[in-house]
Formats: sequence, C-alpha cells, structure tokens
Amino acid sequence: MMNRFGPSHVKNTPLNTGLPNPWSAILVAVLLVTFPLAMSYMGEDFYIGMGSRILIMALAATALNLALGYGGMISLGHAAFLGIGGYTVAILAKAGLVSALLVFPLAILMASFAAFLIGLISLRTKGVYFIMITLAFAEVFYYLAISLPNFGGDDGLPLRTRSSVPGIRLDNALTFYFFVLLLSGLAIVLMYRLVSSRFGRAVVAIRENEKRMAAIGYPVYRIQLMAFTLSGGLAGLAGALLANLNMSVTPHMLDWHQSGILIVMVILGGSGYFWGGLTGAALFLILEEVIADHTEHWNLFLGAMLLFIVLAAPNGVMSLRDRVLGLFNRSGSNADSKGSSEQEVNK
Amino acid sequence: MGYLIIEQMLNGLQYGLMLFLLAAGLTLVFGIMDLINLAHGSLYMIGAFLAATFFQMLGSFFPALLLAIVATAFIGFILERLLYRKLQTMSHLSQVLATFALILIANESIKIIFGAQPLMISMPSGLSRAIEIVPDELYYPAYRLLIIGVGFAVAIGLYLLVNKTRTGMWMRAGASNREMAAVMGVRIKPLFTLVFVLGAALCALAGALLGPLLAVTIGMGESILIPAFQVIVIGGIGSMRGALIGSLLVGMIDTVGKLLLVLGLGFITDPTNAGTLGSTLASLSISVLMVAVLYFRPQGLFPARG
Amino acid sequence: MSHIILEVKDLVKRFGGLVASDIQHLEVKQGEIHALIGPNGAGKTTLLSQLSGEMKPDAGAILFEGEDISALPVHKRVQAGIARSYQITTLLPRLTVRENLALAVQARTGHSFDFLGTVMDETDLDEGAINTAARVGLSPELDQIVGTLSHGKQRLLELGMALACEPRLILLDEPMAGTDVEESHNMGTLMLSLKKQHTIILVEHDIDAVFRLADRISVLVSGKVIATGTAEEIKQNPAVITAYLGEEDADELEVSA
Repeated sequence: MMNRFGPSHVKNTPLNTGLPNPWSAILVAVLLVTFPLAMSYMGEDFYIGMGSRILIMALAATALNLALGYGGMISLGHAAFLGIGGYTVAILAKAGLVSALLVFPLAILMASFAAFLIGLISLRTKGVYFIMITLAFAEVFYYLAISLPNFGGDDGLPLRTRSSVPGIRLDNALTFYFFVLLLSGLAIVLMYRLVSSRFGRAVVAIRENEKRMAAIGYPVYRIQLMAFTLSGGLAGLAGALLANLNMSVTPHMLDWHQSGILIVMVILGGSGYFWGGLTGAALFLILEEVIADHTEHWNLFLGAMLLFIVLAAPNGVMSLRDRVLGLFNRSGSNADSKGSSEQEVNK
Repeated sequence: MGYLIIEQMLNGLQYGLMLFLLAAGLTLVFGIMDLINLAHGSLYMIGAFLAATFFQMLGSFFPALLLAIVATAFIGFILERLLYRKLQTMSHLSQVLATFALILIANESIKIIFGAQPLMISMPSGLSRAIEIVPDELYYPAYRLLIIGVGFAVAIGLYLLVNKTRTGMWMRAGASNREMAAVMGVRIKPLFTLVFVLGAALCALAGALLGPLLAVTIGMGESILIPAFQVIVIGGIGSMRGALIGSLLVGMIDTVGKLLLVLGLGFITDPTNAGTLGSTLASLSISVLMVAVLYFRPQGLFPARG
Repeated sequence: MSHIILEVKDLVKRFGGLVASDIQHLEVKQGEIHALIGPNGAGKTTLLSQLSGEMKPDAGAILFEGEDISALPVHKRVQAGIARSYQITTLLPRLTVRENLALAVQARTGHSFDFLGTVMDETDLDEGAINTAARVGLSPELDQIVGTLSHGKQRLLELGMALACEPRLILLDEPMAGTDVEESHNMGTLMLSLKKQHTIILVEHDIDAVFRLADRISVLVSGKVIATGTAEEIKQNPAVITAYLGEEDADELEVSA
C-alpha cells in the first residue's frame, strides 16, 4: 500500500506519505498488546494506566491529525470536542446512564455535531481567521462548562463508576487498557480506511491546492466539512475514554491550552503521517512524565523545546520524524518528503 | 434602575476601552504582518506584573505605571527582534506553535520570578473614592473614570496617529495590502518593530491600569486573549476603527447585556439561576454576534483589506 | 456548427463602484474556438471567472446548453461540463503528473465521498490519467513531480487538468503565457486538435496566435464587448482598430494580413 499510482520509485508525493507501511501496523499492534502484559507481569499498574492515557491522547491527536495534518485545517479548538465527548459521558452517568453501548455513540455524535457546526462557520474563512475562530468557538464550550452549575462549574463532574460493558469489568487497569486499545484500534482502522480512500486523497489534495481542486470539480467546502466533522467525532471518542480513565471531567479538558497541546503532539509525531498522532502523544506524555519527575517547570522546558523546533528549521516546523529521517537519509531522495508538515493551505 | 443601567454602561465602556488597548496592537500585528500572535495576552500579564513590582518598590502608582510601560515596550522590542521578525516569514502553523511556546515560557517564568501568588496594586490614594455623578443617585468610582478617560485619550491618540500621520498612512497601507505597500516604498520591517513595540506598550498600560481592579495573576493574559480575538474578528483584521467599535460592542454586551439578561430572566426564574444563566448567555451572545458578523461579513465590520 | 452552447446576457460585475465587466450579449457556438481579446483591464479574466463560477456576477444570466448556471458553485459547473485553466499555473506541484490528472478523473467519477470503501482498484483513474497525458503530449513525464517540470510542460498540464474533466466547454486563460515560440506553436496545434470534441473560449495576448487559431473573436474594452466576428471581420472593424488595436498594431495587422 505504499503507492497507488505509477512505478514504485515515486513514493514521496504527499498522496502517499500519509499511508502507513503494513509492517509498521503489525509492529505497533504487537507493541501495544505486549506492553501492558509485560507491565502487568511486573506488577507495574501505574504504567498500564499511563499506557491507557497515551492511547487515548494518541486517538485525540490522530483525530486532529486528520484535520490539521491531512486536511491542512489549523484547528485551535479540538479540545472542545474532547471535552464534549467527556462531558456527554459524565452528564449521562449523572442521569444514571452508564452503558458504554449507549453513551459512547452519543459522545461521538455530540462531538461530531459540534464539529459540524463549528466547521460550518469557520470553514468559510481562511488563514488567521480560521485559527482564531476555531479557538473562539471552542471557548464557548469552555465557558458553558465553567458557568453552568449542572455541569459542575470549576470542579467538573465526577464519575461514580466507569461505563459498563456487558461481560467486562472496566475498573481493572489491564481490562480498561484493552478496552481502550480495542476502541482506539477500531478508530485507527477507520482512520486508515479514511486516508486511503478516494475521500482521503481528495482531503490531502485540497490541502495541497484548494483552488485547483475546486476547478476540477471537487466540492471543497463539503469535503473539508466532512473531514472536520469526522475529526471532531474521533476526538469525542477520545474524550469519552478520557472521562472513564480519570473517573471525572473538568473544564480543564476543554481549555484551549489542551488544543495547543494536541497540536504540539501532532507536530512532534509528524503532521500528515499516519502514526503521527500516536508517536506524538507517546513522546509528549513520556517526556512530560520523565521531566516532571526532575523539575516542576515542565512547561518552561516544553516551551523552549517548541521554540527550538520552530526556529531551528529554516522553513519553519519540521516534525521530529523528518529530522530523524533526515539524519539517516541526507541524499537527495528525501528532498520532497520534507515539506509535508509545512503545508499552508489556509494562508 | 435607570441609574443601574447607566452604571453598567460606564463599566462596559471601561472594559471595552481596556479591551481596545489590547485589540489595537493585536489587530495591527495581524493585519500588517499576517501574523497570528497568541502571546499578546502574555505582554499584558508581564506589564501588570512589572507594574505591581515597581509599585511595591516605589510605593507610588503613576511612576510604576510609566516604568512598566517602558519596560514592557523594551521586552516587546527584544521579542520582535529575536522572534517575531523571523516568525513573520513562516507559516501560520509555525506562528501558532511559537507563540504558544512563548505563553508557556512567560507563564512559567513569571511563576519562578514572582511566585504563584497573585500580586496587588493599590489605587492612587486620591482616586479610591466614588464621585457623585447624579446627586444621591449615581456614584461612580473615580479610578474607573480615570481608566475611561485614559482609554479615550489613547483611542483619540491612535486615531490621530493612524489617520493623520505619515507613519499611520504606512500602517494603513500595510494592513490593506502588504506587498503593494512594500512596492510603494513603505519600509515594512521598521514599521513592524514600531507597531509591535506600540502594541506591547498598550498591553502594559491596560495591565497596569486594571491591576488595582483585578488581581494580577498568572492566567490573566489568556483570559483576555479570547475576547480580544473576538473583537478583532468582529471589527475586521487590521482595522483600528473596527477594533474600537468591536471592543465597545463586546464591552457593552458583557456588562449591560448581562444586566438586562439577569433582570429579564429574573421574571421567569429564581435570582441565583438568573445570575449564572444571564452571564453565560451574555458570553454566548458575544460569540453569536461574532458568528453573525462572520456569516454576513466574513471580513469583519470594517475590513482593512479592500 | 450553429448550435449555441453558451449564451451570456446582461452580465454585470462591479468592484466597489468600478464596473469590471458588463457583457450585454455574447454567444459561443458549439465546437468553435472563441477568443476574447482586449487591452489589460478590459475584463477578460473577470468574465472567465464568472463563467467558471469563481466570481459571482452582480446581475445577468449565463446560459449553458440553455440552462442558467449563474448561481451554481464552481464544482457544479465542472460537473455540468465547463472546465478552466489558469493564467498563473495552478497545479499540485508536489504531486506527479499522473496523480494530478488522476485527481481530475476521480472528481468526475463522483466517488469522492466514498470514505469507507478503500479503493484498491485504481485502473479507471490510472487509465484516465494516461489517456489525458497522451492527449497533451506529457506521456514521457507521467511520473515526474510537477514542480520539477519546465514552464511549458506545466502549461500543457494546466490544459490537461481541464481536459481530464471531460468538459464540453473549456475556458483557457492565456495558455501561451511565458512559453517560447516552439511551445506556443505546439499549444496551438493541440488546441486545433481539441476543437473537434470541445468548445474553447480562449483568452490570449498573443494576437497572431489568436488570429491563427480562433474561429471567432470577441473584443472587450472596459468590460464591454465592442465587436464579435471572424478574424477578417475583426481586423477590418474600425471600432476595434481605434479602440483597441491602436495605430501601430493596425499597421502591423495590414502587413501580416
């Protein structure tokens, strides 16, 4: 599945860079299944929880990657969809509804609907407008969460139990991990189908040149809106899982800082690359864990690292992935794979 | 009740004018450089913290205010030279990341230097009383009147600068069409330095003036950033007039709108509910206004680009 | 030849107070190459953008095969059978020629919202791309990255992108801009070969090429059509000579005519 058109020596065009190598999928799957089993064997339950967190944030970052990396839509409001997913679960739980079969689809639906509404307005605009509007809209949900007493205000809402799945008890760390793995695995498969479909190809090509895509007959606005909505829905699923992991939701989940962090994860892992979300979330959370162990000023370190990432590359942001690959592959063939984290359709 | 509304209108004016101090710099940076600056609120926070510190050292409000403005403008100058000048040529995504990084660094540095506790600034002693505007009916704090006065003075000053001076002409040219302005001989780089430093100074002015009314805290920059963004989107990127009118609109909705909503809701629900619901609806209606503007006039009410 | 494929009625576009285009009447016949000429700022590209749907007219109607399309968005007009090329090359430069063309073919197949069915069989897209490349003479460059092609080749691909949409009407905005003599000659030959199956509206500054290629020519001045006719008729039209061609060009014309 490396290349759909033409001879295999043309691999690095943007239509292909977003598709994973089949071997990488097997590697990732093996890693994600064996890791918790090993931790469980060693009695390190903390790391199983950490693994669940990484998987959940990986799902959220992967969702954002669809909009930002593949679609070139710089959304600074994805935390809202994460939060809406989470709050849906918490509010339904408060009303006594805890069946995962019911609340998870509802969480996805609510987040998709919010993404649809936000996309409907913000996709009419370009450039800095789009960034500011996604940010401003997402804040509406933050204000709602903070100011409505039914939503728990500043303190958020606790979950008394995790969502119920017939036949499984999710309060065990290992079981919960595999539940998360199952759902995010399904989402990853869906994401794979998406990006390798004709729809996914259109999304990437619109990022490359929106005007031309309209001129050859693509309904650009509708395709972008669809991608944005799907991306919001996936983020909503991540939010529903996050609420279950933390056993609570707080307004902090929809804070725009969270949206910024999601962008950072996507950039770290590789914007527009299939495993970008997973790599980025894992890198970020592990780094945070390690550094926060040594200093309370993790944010200072993060800020400095980000500035370095932006400024050290002559043309702006370059993902770590590209940097590492660049070290190994200095010869010319890498030249055109470089740019794919630096598209600027909206500019 | 009429006086209550007048009082809230004055509050709205005061809030709107302070918002304008931030939005003015922000809109020019957006408009002239096509640069998204998430860290504009951090300059406001830095200005407030510097004012609080100088105030503690000097014990006097106005010298502290002036020093804070000069110091923040200098920080703005350094940032522009070291960072923003480079960012200007980069993609929007790079700008988002770098200025987000700047927020993280600013917040953490302030925490290291000043600690996590909020700082306080006292009002200048002569201004801490209320002034009788309508005998026995309407009193209004003298300090807030001062803020309104300063806000208006700055607004008029900026209007004259942008519309009556050669520098202002360059700014307008830069905001409406950067390439064309450069072709016509506007030196964009020094212009941007000037705009950025001016923006930083205005941030510090707002931060220092609001210091006695709000606590000077670490998150303060971000809480004002979103309304400032809304103002710019409503007014039109790069437009000074749009920034002023947008600020006043947002300020009025936030105060008078809130009051009217609370009063109106008081008829249909109990006061506590009406209070929270009213303020939520007021914040929402600012967003609704933004959506409406975007829908009917995607370039804002006063587009700078022709 | 007498079938009218496109008819423009009272089409007005203003920018602020300025009237950029005011076409009272314009007819394009099926199968012809209909050139639009006129001085800079005459409103040729503005007219083209209104025909393609990128600009909304302030008033008037555009009838394509008898149906008013003036309210349709760009992509609907492409589906209806109108495609355009751009004066400034507008391609997907980081993709190969094959991929660029295949995207245009895919748009036509209408499966672009088919986001769950991973399409493994791409032969239809591939064939479409190969055929179109052959038509514009880009077969050897099929797997080259577009950004690395010469300007002339990119101009050919610009035309190919429009062709891949299988339009009945093609709008070409200065297809010869920036090409050398040989390239521009090839482009002309290509256009003549296309007109059997397609109708072409051609905006072009190279007057010699226009007189050589166009079946009919409309002259635009200040947004208005001042004359329509064959090359011979246009050359002899006094209004055209004074309004547009000017003294020097008129002399030149007589020499070449």
